[in-house]
Amino acid sequence: MIPPAFTYVRATSVDEALGLAAEHGEDAKFLAGGQSLLPLMKLRFASPTVLIDLGRVSDLSYVRDEGTYVAIGAMTRHHDVATAALLLSDVPLLAHTAQAVGDPQIRHRGTIGGSVAHADAAADLPATLLALDATFVVRGANGERSVPAAEFFKSIFETALEPGELLTEIQVPKPANPAAWSFQKFTKRAIDFAIVGVAVQASPGQGTSVALVNMGSTPLRAAAVESALASGASAADAAAHAADGTSAGSDIHASKAYREHLARVLVRRALEEAAARS
Amino acid sequence: MKVSLTVNGKDVTADVEDRTLLVHFLRDTADLTATNIGCDTTSCGACTVLLDGDSVKSCTVLAAQADGRSVTTLEGLASDSGEMHPVQRAFHNEHGLQCGYCTPGMVMAIVSLLRENPSPTEAEVRTGLEGNICRCTGYHNIVKAALAAASEGVQ
Repeated sequence: MIPPAFTYVRATSVDEALGLAAEHGEDAKFLAGGQSLLPLMKLRFASPTVLIDLGRVSDLSYVRDEGTYVAIGAMTRHHDVATAALLLSDVPLLAHTAQAVGDPQIRHRGTIGGSVAHADAAADLPATLLALDATFVVRGANGERSVPAAEFFKSIFETALEPGELLTEIQVPKPANPAAWSFQKFTKRAIDFAIVGVAVQASPGQGTSVALVNMGSTPLRAAAVESALASGASAADAAAHAADGTSAGSDIHASKAYREHLARVLVRRALEEAAARS
Repeated sequence: MKVSLTVNGKDVTADVEDRTLLVHFLRDTADLTATNIGCDTTSCGACTVLLDGDSVKSCTVLAAQADGRSVTTLEGLASDSGEMHPVQRAFHNEHGLQCGYCTPGMVMAIVSLLRENPSPTEAEVRTGLEGNICRCTGYHNIVKAALAAASEGVQ
């Protein structure tokens, strides 16, 4: 399969990328690692007429210690997130989630910013970044703004990014107890998207964050689980609320009822694993 | 657009359509047909090559994205005198193939894996090959070959 014809242009800086986006308008799309966009284009689910390649915007690839948080350039590849010593020590949930994405070849190409901006409800990283209360830094013609993860994901493949805006940085607060994490993902084959996934980060005195993959049109916080835990419920009792407030769909992989069952099982396992690690 | 790659150490420059995939550039323009097209959907790994040393699925990379970079295909592994790369030799010794279709991708994935982790456990080899599918299900000897190459100290 070959993608539909398009014009390929290349940016070497954020300013140049924004200029190209303004020049080409809504028919243009940014190309990060291409591991989601190119397959969609081959299947004709997406047919932008211009691709603006960000692969040479080298100053968007970094993992930087900013004291209370870690700043990650949007073009940082999953492999580099998964193996960054700073993340493995200070935000292991994020490093291990990146390691769970796709397969080694996909992790060598795919980027954290690409995954966030693409906003596939079945993607792993958006849920983990939601659990970690990450902030997304966005640049456009009108300057820079910051969007909390909780306000970023609007619907399937739809985000708070306005036309012509570019996600440049992901800021991840360091959890108080980094070790108290778990990422659970249920798939039929190793490289598949999650049928359901769960990200958990517990922080002593600040409660436990629980986010769900593929239980609705966006990544979701399992608010009923979080509040049950805050009221002193056991992991098993809290996990019984994992499907509350979700809107899982049915498809060829699983029914809605099966996804809800999986969410309850995986949340319990994740809470128990995070507690055992802390 | 004009694309220039270093493929197996040699410059290959050609004018190609912007939408040309790396795998087609390698097979049709560079005339290197060891790299197979399998699923064409980023799943099977048959088209795995090294891009600047890292394994990638060449059906999901544009030739334009690889412009100016270095690509290694299966044809680039053996020495100039024809001596097989240790991973190729291990596939031969361990009978690491059946029909052979996945083999070029498997070999390239293992070369990349051993660069990142020169002494993997069997479990790490299996996880490291999660992006490569063998329709003959001949995984055991493929894993044996990876471990045999690792034991030779290949990097």
